[in-house]
Amino acid sequence: MKTTLNRRSLCKKVVLATAVGLATLSASTAALAEIGYPEKEELKFGFIKLTDMAPLAIAYEKHYFEDEGLYVTLEAQANWKVLLDRVIDGQLDGAHMLAGQPLGATIGFGTKADIITAFSMDLNGNGITVSNDIWEQMKPNIPVGADGKPVHPIKADALKPVVDKYKAEGKPFNMGMVFPVSTHNYELRYWLAAGGIHPGYYAPEKGDISGQLQADALLSVTPPPQMPATMEAGTIYGYCVGEPWNQQAVFKGIGVPVITDYEIWKDNPEKVFGVSKEWADKYPNTHIRVVKAMIRAAKWLDENNNANRPEAVEILSRPTYVGADAEVIANSMTGTFEYEKGDKREVPDFNVFFRYNATYPYYSDAIWYLTQMRRWGQIAEQKPDSWYMDIAKKVYRPDIYALAAKELIADGVMDAADFPDFDSEDGFKAPQTQFIDGITYDGKKPNEYLEKFNIGLKGADKI
Amino acid sequence: MSSIRMTLAGVSSIAGVKSNDTMSSWLKRSARALGLPLLGLLVFLLIWQAGAKQIHTSLGEFPGPSQVYQQTLSLIADHNAERARETDFYERQEQRNAERIAKDPSYEPKIREYTGKPTFFDQIGTSLVTVLAGFFIAGLIAIPLGICIGLNGALYSALNPIIQLFKPVSPLAWLPLVTMVVSAVYVTPDPLFAKSFLTSLFTVSLCCLWPTLINTAVGVSAVSPDLQNVSKVLRLSWGTHVVKIVLPSSVPMIFTGLRLSLGIAWMVLIAAEMLAQNPGLGKFVWDEFQNGSSDSLGRIMVAVLVIGLIGFLLDRIMLLLQRAFSWDKNAITR
Repeated sequence: MKTTLNRRSLCKKVVLATAVGLATLSASTAALAEIGYPEKEELKFGFIKLTDMAPLAIAYEKHYFEDEGLYVTLEAQANWKVLLDRVIDGQLDGAHMLAGQPLGATIGFGTKADIITAFSMDLNGNGITVSNDIWEQMKPNIPVGADGKPVHPIKADALKPVVDKYKAEGKPFNMGMVFPVSTHNYELRYWLAAGGIHPGYYAPEKGDISGQLQADALLSVTPPPQMPATMEAGTIYGYCVGEPWNQQAVFKGIGVPVITDYEIWKDNPEKVFGVSKEWADKYPNTHIRVVKAMIRAAKWLDENNNANRPEAVEILSRPTYVGADAEVIANSMTGTFEYEKGDKREVPDFNVFFRYNATYPYYSDAIWYLTQMRRWGQIAEQKPDSWYMDIAKKVYRPDIYALAAKELIADGVMDAADFPDFDSEDGFKAPQTQFIDGITYDGKKPNEYLEKFNIGLKGADKI
Repeated sequence: MSSIRMTLAGVSSIAGVKSNDTMSSWLKRSARALGLPLLGLLVFLLIWQAGAKQIHTSLGEFPGPSQVYQQTLSLIADHNAERARETDFYERQEQRNAERIAKDPSYEPKIREYTGKPTFFDQIGTSLVTVLAGFFIAGLIAIPLGICIGLNGALYSALNPIIQLFKPVSPLAWLPLVTMVVSAVYVTPDPLFAKSFLTSLFTVSLCCLWPTLINTAVGVSAVSPDLQNVSKVLRLSWGTHVVKIVLPSSVPMIFTGLRLSLGIAWMVLIAAEMLAQNPGLGKFVWDEFQNGSSDSLGRIMVAVLVIGLIGFLLDRIMLLLQRAFSWDKNAITR
């Protein structure tokens, strides 16, 4: 019995592997064969209480998972490390992950494991918040516009005198981010460094994974939901985190968000849906079906110019998902963002789930994270450009995404216009210019990109 | 008039008042028995309501009795809504199974369990099952071991340092070890119990077996010399000696230990659930704290009261059991 089962699943694997191979070779071939039934029907996915877990909640609540024959349980996790470890050891079938997590795991920074992603969950969605006290000290350095409000985007230049003062007094300037390989870490570092504040280097080969070597501002890890409480307790002066934890600080009156990541790097990739490579190889049909359901959910979230967002806010505010008050979640999810109390501004693209091909796993996005890992010493040595490509191709799997998307088009649920043109798409976005420091990023030239930064490792630099 | 007096007499006799007692002393006593606790509760509620208004947290005012009442209602509403969703889930599933069989006759339909979240009341159930199971295991180990070391002075001296060393260890220290051991040892493709359940269970057992163990040992070693002599004169076998002499006379002490253990078990469980994110009331409290919504504090307060109430009821049940098993029905137990 067992051997026949094995043989059968082996056959399936071979068939599918060939199918995947063929599809990638000649993606233009006409109607694909229908994807088989899922190999595993009962799945458990992990998430962290952040608004950008929305595609998972919507796919569950709108029964998109069930439409694929999948019975999914969603489970909130305590922090990013627990979440990653549980995906690696198989307690979770997949999870809402930081874009840097599958990459970090694959190159062995932190826990080494093969994690892949075929679905990018959203763009933007983070902010940097400082405590009321720091804000008062920063305020004199921020130009004021004609309307009497601070001019945005606020650069870290305004924070530099404050950090210098703390340094002169011998007091450490502590800030929180959510994980060593998190988008927040790299965004906070990018913003600080663009303003001349050194966020510190990692030196894993010397056993230093604190990331505070030569630092002006000392960054440390705090789980997202605990950020406001940690800042309120005075342990950190500011943090970079996803929503609703920046708006929560405004709502509680304990801090002021100074900048959103949209202003640091316009339309930056944020979370991905990660699974272990072993899992993906074992359950290929299931994986494609999961991606299908999530693409539908992402589309629902952005449909008709964000028309469904209020409903999404209600769903996310349930205690089982994000659980914060609906009005706090609504602040950012419905296209606005409240900075200083009462200073509510339009940021229509604060959370992007589907527009601008947000769900497509671009190689260039993966490579940007790798460049930042190199910049801050998490990758200790110089690597050739080809290495960056290889890792990106190993971790980011647009081929699986394409299979799911084509299936959706064939089902008539979605339109080919909703997706990039799979025949010509090479997985690299055109060089991007909209960074806060005006530096251009071309995903095909990672080493050249690193040379452009004043602060950060480049070339053959070593700590 | 006489019939009223008769009913009063009937009531008073039910309340345990002897027929020759006067009305006034009966009233005094019932006032003490019922009135004082009620008064205490009322004063507490007033102080709570007034005090709560004075405490402002970043999540709003500290919840007073009225918010707690509202949140209790909303938790009940959530529970009912979740049950309705569950029913829908099963209906949808049957429909999907039927559709698939129509397409693919070889498919063997399977009903999967509801994938929604446990409600507050489900969490209460989980916690109760876990605490009772953990307590049961602890008793199963502690009572026989306690009897052995109580009877044997040498064994007692040998084990005493170990007992004293482990007795004061907090559950939070055990938890990581238990978690790692359970994940390493309990590997089955089709687990009967969830790992999280086992972790909570063993942590609870490890922390709550000590009072039972020590009290049993003390109770056993304190058997009256007269009874011991009787046993010797009758030349009772070891087994009969334990069953007929030792156990009956140490039952009150064993139960005192068990009551302490159950109290500790309940406290430990909530802490373990909070830390390990294992299902149960502790996780409920932690989740609400993390959510940080304006309802969170009220909900946590509901949980606190429920935890207290359950702890109290568990203790009462143990007391009743103790009375039922104890040979000396007149011993004062409280």
